[in-house]
Amino acid sequence: MIKFNLKLIVLSFLLLISLKPLQSAEMADPIKVDWSFKGLTGTFDRASLQRGFQVYKEVCASCHSMQYLSYRNLGEPGGPEFSEQEVKAIASSFEIEDGPDSQGEMFTRPGKPSDKFKSPYPNVQAATAANGGAYPPDMSVLVKARKGGANYIYSVLVGYEDPPPGVTLDDGVYYNKYMAGNKIKMPNNLMDGLVEYADGTESTVDQMAKDVTTFLAWAAEPELEQRHKTGVKVIIYLVLLTTLVYLSMKKIWSRVDTEV
Amino acid sequence: MSEQEYVPKSKAGKWFNDRLPLLTLGAHLTDYPTPKNLNYWWTFGGILTFCLITQIVTGIVLAMHYVAHADLAFASVEHIMRDVNYGWLIRYIHSNGASMFFLAVYIHIFRSLFYGSYKSPREVIWIIGLMIYLLMMAAAFMGYVLPWGQMSFWGATVITNLFSAIPLVGDSITTWLWGAYSVDNPTLNRFFSLHYLIPFLILGLVVLHIWALHVPGNNNPVGIDIKKPSKDTVPFHPYITIKDAFALLVFMIIFAGFVFFTPNVLGHSDNYIPANPLVTPAHIVPEWYLLPFYAILRSVPDKLGGVILMFSAIFILFVLPWLDTSKVRSAVFRPIYRQFFWILVIDVLMLGYVGAMPAEGIYLVLARVGTIYYFLHFIVVMPVVGYLEKTDPIPMSISEPVLNGGAEPSLARKANDKV
Amino acid sequence: MSKEEKKVNRRDFLFTASYTIGAVGVGAVIWPMIDQMNPDKAQQALATTEVDISGIEPGKSITVLWRGKPIFIKKRTSEEIAEARAVKLDDLPDPQKDEDRVKDGKDEWLVMLGVCTHLGCVPLKDKGDFNGWFCPCHGSHYDVSGRIRKGPAPTNMEIPKFEFVDSNTIKIG
Repeated sequence: MIKFNLKLIVLSFLLLISLKPLQSAEMADPIKVDWSFKGLTGTFDRASLQRGFQVYKEVCASCHSMQYLSYRNLGEPGGPEFSEQEVKAIASSFEIEDGPDSQGEMFTRPGKPSDKFKSPYPNVQAATAANGGAYPPDMSVLVKARKGGANYIYSVLVGYEDPPPGVTLDDGVYYNKYMAGNKIKMPNNLMDGLVEYADGTESTVDQMAKDVTTFLAWAAEPELEQRHKTGVKVIIYLVLLTTLVYLSMKKIWSRVDTEV
Repeated sequence: MSEQEYVPKSKAGKWFNDRLPLLTLGAHLTDYPTPKNLNYWWTFGGILTFCLITQIVTGIVLAMHYVAHADLAFASVEHIMRDVNYGWLIRYIHSNGASMFFLAVYIHIFRSLFYGSYKSPREVIWIIGLMIYLLMMAAAFMGYVLPWGQMSFWGATVITNLFSAIPLVGDSITTWLWGAYSVDNPTLNRFFSLHYLIPFLILGLVVLHIWALHVPGNNNPVGIDIKKPSKDTVPFHPYITIKDAFALLVFMIIFAGFVFFTPNVLGHSDNYIPANPLVTPAHIVPEWYLLPFYAILRSVPDKLGGVILMFSAIFILFVLPWLDTSKVRSAVFRPIYRQFFWILVIDVLMLGYVGAMPAEGIYLVLARVGTIYYFLHFIVVMPVVGYLEKTDPIPMSISEPVLNGGAEPSLARKANDKV
Repeated sequence: MSKEEKKVNRRDFLFTASYTIGAVGVGAVIWPMIDQMNPDKAQQALATTEVDISGIEPGKSITVLWRGKPIFIKKRTSEEIAEARAVKLDDLPDPQKDEDRVKDGKDEWLVMLGVCTHLGCVPLKDKGDFNGWFCPCHGSHYDVSGRIRKGPAPTNMEIPKFEFVDSNTIKIG
């Protein structure tokens, strides 16, 4: 009886869920990409992360901050894993404001691995003003902050199109089929060959979009690889212990006449 | 309580026990006679204790790194996720732990509803349990505010604004709750303080909940009173402890699946956007475990009415022991009530679902139908079915499935089955 | 072995295995709860500091912060060096040559952790009976090499790991 009713519940619930909301009418579903970091044992593609950082540095970073990341993160396990020298070189290529010194003055110095990523604007207001009233969001946790995650970010990057007839766009507004409302204030910044990859990979728009999305996915979840590895171990451990406890329970309950 | 007085074997034990009878308490808890036919739905009490302790331990740890300030809270959470040793693990256990806690408590409550565990003489256990549930909701709501993301901020705004529906003093109360003229830094600070306090209140109530349980003893799937100890009972340890441990481990496998492989699926992506008082997210929803109440709130096209109805949906449960007129506890022997019970389960699931959807069109209709049934169930169905229903014959004891009024052993066996 | 005994053995094995593996799991869960209180990655990353020492006059010292603790950097005069080296090792509670407390060829630079080895106070400079430092908390006297001479402190003030990046800059840590 009860089992039958459970089935009934599941069925009616599935029925409910099949009534999809109507809200996403004008927004295309994001492209599904087979990311290497998907799944229970997914890991990041190091080369892609390093290329993605290059795209971020040369293209995105002129408007988007990543204030929760530090240069040292680039050398940490589970990330792009640049060497210590490379991380130092990357950090020192940025001028970081520090201070006050013993005279009370602020000064700039070359960045250190312990410094946070340098932001392109001093504050949100400055960033908003410089970008026609649209704040370019901080990208530290962007992949976690968008429904659809990495697929969505990638789709928006490659989703620029000419507006369909009848759609008029204001100045500084662009048409993107994956964006909510199809209107985006970020211009299409990627074009083939824009970045010269250090490893010789051909920098097509699609390649750059994938690389930078991979980089952003890592930036949002730098613990992902460790999490997956620990998770597999924890589940195996729990299943083993559960089996042992189940057998123990059967043994203990064999002393009484009730089934367990 | 076991009848015979417990006497510690060692001299030191006796010396201590005469001064503080902790050993007597320990002996009572291990020997506590428990009905031997408890099914797996009864393991959720133990699971809930585990959830509470997990939340308290991980919460204390998180508070060592979290900063309750509007300018720093979001960054401190990112600091926990990125820099603190195992910070990501501890935070994901805490955030998913809240969901697992509610999953377990809902199963626990519906188990009680199905087997009539709220009925005499267990009304006080039920009422204490509801108080725990209310505090859990308060703790979960305030905890969700702490990361200071968009959902935190706007969830806090919407929920605190509920109080502004109170006539005359509503606005003053809301301002008082905020400590400002909107949800702001003072609000965050006091929410953090209360979020730290409430789990310890819950812990105290849990002690009372278990104390109140140990006076009449456990209900059981058959729902009949049993003699204790007797051949219908087993000592709590090792029989119930091992069974609880097994169920808890299965529960932990599911828990670990969420923590390690989909840690954010139960949350909302908007909460990774820092709070912005100027922009409301397009579609704001509470955490899943509050959705049924949210649906009830939105089903009424009147501010005060919606708030009253939502709070009534919870408070009606407090008088449930007196709304249920049936003499029989377990729904196993109540063929009519049993059907209504499952309708209620489906109704609450449906309310939860439409609570996550926009309040328009078919969803609004469903929400209204669901709300009406929810109240009808308790106000009309429970008393009326209790009077009119012809219940199935009830066994005399768990071990001897002899039925009053003829042999029908299949029924009793069914009652003993695990569900 | 009788059937009955076998049964008991299997039961014992099951229970022992469950308890043992359960205990391992509890231990594995406790470790993250302890380790979270250790210095986090951001703290660890700040483990080195570079200091510009070009402005220090002979006989003077500066104090800089490293890992939240003061570092004394003193440019000693030749008289002070001579004084430090004239002390007989037998007179020291914690015998150590002055030469071992400075870098070869940079004998004038004394770089040490400005924390009294007694209970962690910061000693005052140019005070005490030995022309060095004096800890006001419990009266420990240090000489011009930072070695303990009188008072309750058990050891000399600690020399941190440091190196000269160039003649004007030292890197601590």
